[in-house]
Amino acid sequence: MKRSQLLAILVLVLLFVTGVTSGFWHADSHSRQFRELPGAGPSAAFPLGTDELGRDRMARLLFATGISLVLAPAAALASTLLAAFAGGTAGYFGGWWDRCTVRIIDLMLSLPWLFLLLAARSLLPLNAPPAASLVMTYGLLAALGWAGPARIMRAGTLRLRRSDFALQASAQGCGEFRILWRQVIPNLKPVLLAQLWTTIPVFILAEANLGLLGLSASEPFPTWGNLLRELQNPFAVRPETFAPLAVVMICVACFKLTAPPQELSS
Amino acid sequence: MKRRFTPLAMLALALYGALAGHTATELRFCLRADPKTFDPLLVDDGDSETIRYLTGGVLIRINRKNQQATPELAASWEMDRQGQRITFHLRPNLKFSDGTPFSADDVAFTMKRLMDPATHSPTADTFRSSDVPPQITVSSPLTVSILFGAPVAGLERLFDQVAITSARSPIQTRAVLGPYVVEEYKPGAEVLLGRNQNYWKVDAKGTRLPYIDRIRLDIQQNRDIEQVRFRRGELDLINSLDPDAFDNLARVSPHSVVDAGASLESEMMWFNQVPSAPLPAYKLAWFNSSAFRRAVSEAINRSDLCRIVYRGHARPAEGPISPANRFWFNASLKPHAYDVASAKRRLEGEGFRLRNGLLYDREGHQVEFSLLTNAGNRNRERIASMLQQDLQTIGIRLNVVTLDFPSLIERITQTFNYEACLLGLTNLDLDPSAQMNVWLSSAPNHQWNPNQKQPATAWEAEIDKLMRLQASDTQAEARKRAFDRVQQIVWEQAPFLYLVTKDSLTAISPELQNASPVALTPQAFWNVEFLRKRVLTAGNR
Repeated sequence: MKRSQLLAILVLVLLFVTGVTSGFWHADSHSRQFRELPGAGPSAAFPLGTDELGRDRMARLLFATGISLVLAPAAALASTLLAAFAGGTAGYFGGWWDRCTVRIIDLMLSLPWLFLLLAARSLLPLNAPPAASLVMTYGLLAALGWAGPARIMRAGTLRLRRSDFALQASAQGCGEFRILWRQVIPNLKPVLLAQLWTTIPVFILAEANLGLLGLSASEPFPTWGNLLRELQNPFAVRPETFAPLAVVMICVACFKLTAPPQELSS
Repeated sequence: MKRRFTPLAMLALALYGALAGHTATELRFCLRADPKTFDPLLVDDGDSETIRYLTGGVLIRINRKNQQATPELAASWEMDRQGQRITFHLRPNLKFSDGTPFSADDVAFTMKRLMDPATHSPTADTFRSSDVPPQITVSSPLTVSILFGAPVAGLERLFDQVAITSARSPIQTRAVLGPYVVEEYKPGAEVLLGRNQNYWKVDAKGTRLPYIDRIRLDIQQNRDIEQVRFRRGELDLINSLDPDAFDNLARVSPHSVVDAGASLESEMMWFNQVPSAPLPAYKLAWFNSSAFRRAVSEAINRSDLCRIVYRGHARPAEGPISPANRFWFNASLKPHAYDVASAKRRLEGEGFRLRNGLLYDREGHQVEFSLLTNAGNRNRERIASMLQQDLQTIGIRLNVVTLDFPSLIERITQTFNYEACLLGLTNLDLDPSAQMNVWLSSAPNHQWNPNQKQPATAWEAEIDKLMRLQASDTQAEARKRAFDRVQQIVWEQAPFLYLVTKDSLTAISPELQNASPVALTPQAFWNVEFLRKRVLTAGNR
């Protein structure tokens, strides 16, 4: 492993631990409004200052980091598993199931996902607590983001299904299920891992897009997307308002640096 | 589509300027979008309204400064006691921009076309007091009277929206009587207006108005770009600034921004009281309780909303009428006071109980509701966040939901699948008759419980009665008494919780003289004929 990859993993672990444990030392402060101090600059009490409602920007950034680094990988995992099931079974069993799955994948890929997300979000129950709305947002991303990886999974499975070792196993009398379980799935692991790893930053950026439009987690939960909205007013930006952008960029770059190669094992 | 109006007129203007040693002056500002129409009778959007205001000649103009009806194309007018007939005496020797003479026939033609159902004019709706079409009588070239089927409340003020078009001009609605004429329109880019050479107004010294030769209206949706261009000196004014933009500009150029005080825009929230709404019965019971609504209202710190969200450029709202509407505002009303103790007392009186910081109703349901607002409106989202913390102090859990606008509108007008909603209100018309579609219990915009067959409550029945009374009475004082009472009832029952009244914020270039921004639209250029632009030369640039 290269030194840069080691460093990236270290940064990701650090961000993850800091974000997830932020609740312990910042308790409820991501949502508390210090109304006498709206838009305050950095200080000992508020290292990144306060936002326009007087909320501690640092507490919100740490909380959002924790959220993104837990929920984005979780959603990516769900999406990859869905892709593995759809793409894997389509590629392996072929026939009408394959044709149907390919059509559905094509349809999903041709849909404008942002509008689909908007439409799906408007159908969600209104009285969901902020935490639930956050989970639903990532759930929607998982439900809508499986099509691309599924196509890759299908291609990988097709290739493995026609491989020499699969033919040999079949010739030696192995059943379909045994070939799938012992030959195909283990060889798909690198592809699955690569898909999982590349989907995480995609979901992080998708949430940031939704948040920028005000359509991510509802108040008072901060997410990276919600925090980036402070940069929408170009005349009011101050150095500390770039902190969420810097963290998102570092995080996405780290995921890209540590992404495993998408090659099937021979 | 590209429409060229009078390129020759532009050439003539340039020649005139060169011969007279006169440097043409140009006023530049932005429209938010392309105007949907140039026909003044079909105007239904703000950008078309701007064009109508700058080009249209009206019989009576509401002076945006003193809010009084002032004579324009009509030198005088009379109304009968019932408010059914109005007779105009027109100014003599006026001409449209293309030279066609103006007469009473043009007024008759405009009114007939306006009231014709086939025209589908949005402006006509305010005149329709009955199904009977108005009788229009031209008794001389300068006298015309209009008899409506039933009294029309605030009749004379409605003519501020009726730009007179020519009955005889070959260029039809493009012949105008206002200070400017549309010369060129490049869709998506700009609208160029030139001086109307036949405009009738002169100043005290006899100088023909308007002072500024051209107006260039750039079509610009992005308000940040608009700000940058204003800072660079490429624009002369910005209408309706938001508080963030106002403060940003104030930092770099404090003399270029004007806070003209309370505007006609406010922010408000309401609870869904529709009996058939898909909500649990206990929630409908909360929302139908005026004590619950008042308690919520008293738990909201409106001063904080004004100070933090609007950076001090707003004031706590009293009710449906802004103090900017001088005649109709009920000055005896004060905003609901921020009083958490009183809010708790009201809730206790209704059987609500606080346990471990959470509020429960008498049946043990935890009090929690969702507040819907449109995504992308930063100020509204900030208000919602602040309401969340305010209501926490009385044990109410508020879930803020931001939706795209079409989804939100569908919920509040079709499915009624929502609990509370936060939106803004803009009263473009000063007269309360324009609000009939809100206050009548049978009206579709009676948001908390629209389209009622019978008034659901006694106070709604009283509002219905008072609104019909003020609409049918022609005596201003009697109408005022009736509408004051409506405002009082709304204050007491709180079907809408009025939160803040926004200030009217504008930016005016130091080069622009005689500008005097007001609360009413069009705030910064209501006196466009009198605006002057200092011509910058190398010496004073």
